[in-house]
Amino acid sequence: MNRYPLWKNIFILIVLSLCVIYATPNIYPSQPALQISSTRTAVTKNLANEIKNDLEKSGINFHQVRYSEDGILVRFTDTKNQLKAAQRLRQQYLGKYTVALNLASTTPNWLRALEATPMNLGLDLRGGVHFLMEVDTAAALDNAYERSVTDMREQLRQEKIRYSGIKKTDDAIKISARSEEIQEQIEEVIKDQYFDSMDITTSPTSAEYFVIAKLKPDALKEVRRLAIAQNTTTLRKRVNELGVAEPVIQQQGKDRVVVQLPGVQDTARAKEILGATATLEFRLVDEQGDPFEARETGRVPIGDKLYYERNKNPVLLKKRVMLTGDYIIDASSGIDNNARPAVNITLDGKGARIFSKVTGDNVDRLMGVVFIETKSQAVYKDGKNKRITKKVEEVINVARIKEQLAKRFQITGLSSTVEARNLALLLRAGSLAAPMYIVEERTVGPSLGQQNIDLGTKSVLIGFLLVIIFMAIYYRVFGLVANIALGANLVMIVAIMSMIPGATLTLPGIAGIVLTVGMAVDANVLIFERIKEELQNNNSPQSSINLGYSKALSTIADANITTLIAALVLFVFGTGPIKGFAVTLSIGIICSMFTAIMGTRSLINIIYGRKHSPVLYI
Amino acid sequence: MRIIPEKTSIDFVGKRGIALVFSITMIVFSIFSLFFQGLNLGIDFSGGTLVEVGYQKPIELQKVREQLKKAGFQKTVVQHFGTTNDVLIRVAPTATQSSENISNKILETISTTDEVTLRRAEFVGPQVGEELRDDGGLAMIYALALILIYLALRFEYRFSFGAILALVHDVLITIGFFSITQIEFDLTVLAAILAVIGYSLNDTIVVYDRIRENFRKMRTEDTPTVINTSINHTLARTLMTSMTTLIVLLALYFLGGEVINSFSLALIFGVLIGTYSSIYIASSAIIFLKVSQADLILVEKEDADL
Repeated sequence: MNRYPLWKNIFILIVLSLCVIYATPNIYPSQPALQISSTRTAVTKNLANEIKNDLEKSGINFHQVRYSEDGILVRFTDTKNQLKAAQRLRQQYLGKYTVALNLASTTPNWLRALEATPMNLGLDLRGGVHFLMEVDTAAALDNAYERSVTDMREQLRQEKIRYSGIKKTDDAIKISARSEEIQEQIEEVIKDQYFDSMDITTSPTSAEYFVIAKLKPDALKEVRRLAIAQNTTTLRKRVNELGVAEPVIQQQGKDRVVVQLPGVQDTARAKEILGATATLEFRLVDEQGDPFEARETGRVPIGDKLYYERNKNPVLLKKRVMLTGDYIIDASSGIDNNARPAVNITLDGKGARIFSKVTGDNVDRLMGVVFIETKSQAVYKDGKNKRITKKVEEVINVARIKEQLAKRFQITGLSSTVEARNLALLLRAGSLAAPMYIVEERTVGPSLGQQNIDLGTKSVLIGFLLVIIFMAIYYRVFGLVANIALGANLVMIVAIMSMIPGATLTLPGIAGIVLTVGMAVDANVLIFERIKEELQNNNSPQSSINLGYSKALSTIADANITTLIAALVLFVFGTGPIKGFAVTLSIGIICSMFTAIMGTRSLINIIYGRKHSPVLYI
Repeated sequence: MRIIPEKTSIDFVGKRGIALVFSITMIVFSIFSLFFQGLNLGIDFSGGTLVEVGYQKPIELQKVREQLKKAGFQKTVVQHFGTTNDVLIRVAPTATQSSENISNKILETISTTDEVTLRRAEFVGPQVGEELRDDGGLAMIYALALILIYLALRFEYRFSFGAILALVHDVLITIGFFSITQIEFDLTVLAAILAVIGYSLNDTIVVYDRIRENFRKMRTEDTPTVINTSINHTLARTLMTSMTTLIVLLALYFLGGEVINSFSLALIFGVLIGTYSSIYIASSAIIFLKVSQADLILVEKEDADL
């Protein structure tokens, strides 16, 4: 007699019904939608009504406008209206609210209450951009050294130590001195300030005197870590400004960040904004010095630096920075009184204090606004890709300080409204700690995404049907049982993919499912062939079933564990698409063990288990 | 129903000479081809830019090529993809400025005269391509090593050598197939080959499992007889499973779209080779490695409860 204890049957039933529930949301199609939100001010119910009226007035068909505290969701029945509305609302609320394209699920509320949501679709299925960006950590180190040079210079001046020069070398800071006595004084001051982050050494000979300060390995690591952390934060803010629903921004490996922007089609703008390094600096103009002479002779007055305006005129600016762009908390583009593009700037409290003091001290003097951009060039040499970064610093505006400036002010001198808009966005989102480059890009257009979904679903269904027909003909009753198990297997894979928060279905993932369909029946083939064999050996039907299942078990386990090992290795080493394949393959294998062994046994037991010597249709 | 007679007694082991000649020929061809013409690496591994665009109506490739040439793109490959409305453009990594913008520039260039929609754009920096290549190779080696260890623990070390021999055989010939046909070798093909490793192993293990069982049962028979009996016993299963897997793979190949064509092709080829090798190569290896009854008697008998 072959009977499963009741608890086993109930257990199988419970697992399967849970899977059915959690797989159900995938049946409901998703709707094109717009997500309206703001990083600064909260959206209100009034705004929702305003949008509703506006859309009705302009004749754009929409399905529903729903208000919640996180934002307003407008649903549409087709993408055409969605795009039209996006364009309109973006113009309307430029700079105030972000309008992001989204896909809203139509899962009914009772399912949502159970936290049942549809599977996440990968970018290859829903369309969008995937960037892999590399942080130039060497540049971050350079910046850290530059900052220390400024601080040390200030420090030594305050202590009235007469050093003869300070500069950044390849991987350290070198402060030279005229005598051993000064060298000792420098060493003392620097050691006092930097003993925990830098290794301080002095000149080994008396031929020349200098102090070398070099970042300790731990500090180096910290600089790199901070650069990547700040860049990730900045990228996140910039992406929010761009208006993208459900973006993914994640560190990958040691110095890379993955940026995934579903639904984004304008890759040119995305690239321009993500990798941009533009920021501002405010410096006083040296009105005594002659910039033209400095340009001719190359001799720049001490404490000055030679800059150029956009019209190529030279300007001498003080080396000391009055204010950097880091204190800017808000910036918006607009036009000044003469209808030229301008950027309105708001400083944070500390920045406002610093700026009102320095501008108050320097009323009636000239101030230059420096626009700084790091441009990189890829050079392909000897089969290697090398980066050459060039800092472009331009003076966009020189103006007399008429009065003390404080929290809010306006700058002009930008060449176009587009430049003003981009600069405002970049200032709002903060600067990058180090330049970043795109080292990998994968963009999938929306039409290809839909096509991939259609083709993927079609091939899964047709493959599934063919296997079902084949199994039913070949193994008859047992084949039907195996087919039910196969169907349950598919439902389980979908349910588990929907339940795991990070799991994403990609095209290779669909291929993984197709492959599992083919291989899942393997367990049943093994068992059924074994049962046939046992019947041939003149065993009774009941014991043939029992022997078939038990003898095939270790083979099934061995075979599946080795495949699982291969899938695991794929998961660890693979990126993006390969990971998706590995995930569905592993889930498929594990599910197939459950359905093909326990599931079919339970059914076979119910069909044949109670009869004394049944005729097996196998 | 039966696809093969109920009790087969085909002398597989006796024909291992022919199989050996066949396999060695295939391997030699593969190695020669890999050595002399290598693989047609996709941009995943070679680095570069790829853009797939859809035109409203069929488009002459020559026109696109000239447009790109005029715009200053060198080393471009332009071909139809799927239909004559769709065009795939590939640009090798060059010393041009900011390679990350090439895809946008290409789109700009060709959309001046025709209305095109971007279907897909990929850019892989040479550095990343190199890493993917290294990681791919490492993945293969780690997978093989882990499986070797697992099999050595479960069976006997000579079995695991036999299985690995069959695996290397399958992988080499599948990669050779891609080299000879010059079908593009990209990340998805690598994934397929790793899946082939899993599949081919699956097959081999089923046969080995039976060999081990029969070694214990048929103590008076000699090794070739035991192996022949085991292969014949599992033959129905081997063919059935290959058949169902091939059915879905064929569905994937014909219906899954252009993007996963080479993926399904690699798997179809791999499954065929894997089935062949588990019948002829893996089991011949056992004879070659001189496994006998005595080696397996001491192995504990596992009889799991269901």
